[in-house]
Amino acid sequence: MADQTLNAEGLNCPLPIIKAKKALKGMEAGKVLEIRSTDPGSVADFAAFCSQTGNELLSSNTEGNVYLFEIKKS
Amino acid sequence: MADGDFGNAKSMSIIVTKGSLDWAYPPFILGTTAAAMDLDVTMFFTFYGLPLLNKKLDLKMTTLGNPAMKMPMAGMHIGMPNIVSALPGVDRGATIMMKNLFKKKGVASIEDLREAAVESDVRMIACQMTLDLFEMDRKDMIDGIELGGAATYIDVATKSDINLFI
Repeated sequence: MADQTLNAEGLNCPLPIIKAKKALKGMEAGKVLEIRSTDPGSVADFAAFCSQTGNELLSSNTEGNVYLFEIKKS
Repeated sequence: MADGDFGNAKSMSIIVTKGSLDWAYPPFILGTTAAAMDLDVTMFFTFYGLPLLNKKLDLKMTTLGNPAMKMPMAGMHIGMPNIVSALPGVDRGATIMMKNLFKKKGVASIEDLREAAVESDVRMIACQMTLDLFEMDRKDMIDGIELGGAATYIDVATKSDINLFI
């Protein structure tokens, strides 16, 4: 279960990443951020974001037109 | 952060040379994204990129001499012949269309991206020579920027993992 949810639906590159970073900044280590996006590019981008920043991508799923991500703050 | 002291973080520099509405996007998108990915980012604004540091942005674009530009319109993609681009009002119309397209597709404005860059401590350097050349005023520019020249940029570039010219 996520500790916080970010709705990035309707936003395009790079806003989902920038808003996710902002949200993670305000969270404690170990907490989980759920992100909802409609940008197909965000699938590859959140994987790259996590591999670069060390935050853990717990899950990456699709629900209809929405891409769901769970990121655990490192 | 002291000048050129990047510690252990990765780093990126971008030379920003273009200030039209469309070309303002790549440097600000890459700069803000790299900062979000924990890179230390420096942007060096020179020539036509320098006005992007003005407090008041009034960005415009032209379709002139841009054969690759095809705007989606009524289910088609419309290009603009140069002879039409040169007519009065066409650039203004294209600028309005492009801004509407950004809004419709959820693309951030340049103002928003620049604010995100400032918030994420992107180091922004205004080219002193360009400032003198075009008689621009530091007072018209946003706070938190530095003035510098080629040597300042080269110093940053030698210490950066990624150096881009846009």
